Amino acid sequence: MTDPVVDCHDASVTLGEFQALRDVTMALDPGSFLAVMGPNGAGKSTFMKALMGLVPLSGGSITVLGNRPGEHVRREIGYIPQIKTLDRNFPALPMELVLTGLRGTWPWRITASERETAHEAMKIAGVDHRIGVPIGKLSGGELQRVYLARAFVREPKIVLLDEPATGMDRRGEADMYSVLDKYRSKHGATVIMITHDWEAAHHHATQVLLLDRGMIGYGAPGDVLVEDNMRRAFGHVGHHHSMTIPISGDCGA
Amino acid sequence: MTAVLDALQLAFVQRALLAGLMVGLLASYYGVFVVQRGLSFLGSGLAHSAFGGVALGILLGIQPLAVAVPFTIIVAMGIVWLQQRTRLGADTSVGIFFSVSMALGVIFLTMTPRYTTDAFTYLFGSILYVTWGDIAIMGFVMLMSIFTWKAWGRWAYATFDRELALSDTVACRRDDYLLSFALAASTVISIKVVGIALIAAFLVIPPATARLLTRTFSAMTILSMVFGVFSVLVGMVVSLQADIPTGPAIILTQAVIFFVIALARRGG
Ligand SMILES: Nc1ncnc2c1ncn2[C@@H]1O[C@H](COP(=O)(O)OP(=O)(O)OP(=O)(O)O)[C@@H](O)[C@H]1O
Ligand SMILES: [Mg+2]
Repeated sequence: MTDPVVDCHDASVTLGEFQALRDVTMALDPGSFLAVMGPNGAGKSTFMKALMGLVPLSGGSITVLGNRPGEHVRREIGYIPQIKTLDRNFPALPMELVLTGLRGTWPWRITASERETAHEAMKIAGVDHRIGVPIGKLSGGELQRVYLARAFVREPKIVLLDEPATGMDRRGEADMYSVLDKYRSKHGATVIMITHDWEAAHHHATQVLLLDRGMIGYGAPGDVLVEDNMRRAFGHVGHHHSMTIPISGDCGA
Repeated sequence: MTAVLDALQLAFVQRALLAGLMVGLLASYYGVFVVQRGLSFLGSGLAHSAFGGVALGILLGIQPLAVAVPFTIIVAMGIVWLQQRTRLGADTSVGIFFSVSMALGVIFLTMTPRYTTDAFTYLFGSILYVTWGDIAIMGFVMLMSIFTWKAWGRWAYATFDRELALSDTVACRRDDYLLSFALAASTVISIKVVGIALIAAFLVIPPATARLLTRTFSAMTILSMVFGVFSVLVGMVVSLQADIPTGPAIILTQAVIFFVIALARRGG
């Protein structure tokens, strides 16, 4: 039996006075595609940050690849944050941002082989045509693709994506899922994605974690995304009659 | 008689050159982070804090910079500490320490009978007063900066996107202390040459000029150091020729370069 890549036992997080996450217990096998879902403010981003050790646990435990959060080897996790805290006024080219994915630090000089690698990653993410454009001048969707290239260039064992479809057009979104699926099957990597897109969760995820500060459900999409859980998470089931797709995909495109 | 004058002249020119080179390089190197992180108030605050240290040195009859460097570094650490511990913005944290150090400085000076002689030097800078002791301190900061050159990439990364750098296991909090430490040391050693009143401009203008011309942070850093050294050397020559304080001469040189480039870029 393989060890789980992510193993949570009653993991809880308190931010200031506010309990953002309560008693999450789940184990994820390598090669899974986990969709983390739930209403705004449900603690999804907090959960992802806890996996990386960016916020401390107030209770319970988490292991990621056998280590405590934050003690992983840097290259094992590729992360795309939800709200870009980047300084758009910083003089940077997309390639430099992509290469932080390889180096874990800002590049002073770029070697020919690094240039090649970064270019390839940008091609896969579909932004290689914007290679010479300063970061500050990229559109939101283009920037998202650069972050995607950055996450993949290090060939991580776990890809963490916090609402990656935000700002992407339909084509970009489809491309992203095909890149993710290909990458996952080729490297046996684990994907953890926060999303509000129920259809995508059904199509691509092997596992769904439904959160509303506490854990509402965890398991296969068909088992978790059921009317009863929906009502507990969202308070209503939306306009759809279908039990498993109660809310249409909203990816903000 | 002339031989003695020549020798004096030579030693003084050597000191001035060395000091100008080191200070120009250091201020414009750390200045790129000051500009990109919006820390010019910190630079200015540290220089004014250094005033407290200088005054203490004068009062105790010790080499003022030897007191001012540790004094300002401690203040810088205090600023970062207060900022990380509370939700106060950087400017508030700086403002508190800045005024306390200034207040202490004024009290120290009034306790000193002969303070007027040196005060002007530290306010507007004069290469005439650069001593070998100052040079030694500058050399020490220079060496320290060379040994920590690897921090450039981490500082740059955290400047660009702190969350991302943190997720990449960059120790941003520790690096903030390191940057403040280095910035404090560089600021203090610059006051002999540029003066307390003009430090903020000295830290900011060369990187801002470089920013106009570059698309990457490494290019900006290199160009900033080029402008930094160039303007210090030109400013020192002008200062000697025209018999004006060194600080204003350097800052005016930097400003001329900045505006020429800014205007040329608008036209081009
Ligand atoms: N530093 C903080 N102090 C106190 N509360 C916080 C802090 N950061 C986040 N929160 C709160 O924690 C809750 C969970 O935030 P989180 O970002 O994890 O939500 P989310 O599920 O990702 O929501 P969204 O779908 O909007 O992205 C929110 O209600 C938020 O207000
Ligand atoms: Mg979120």
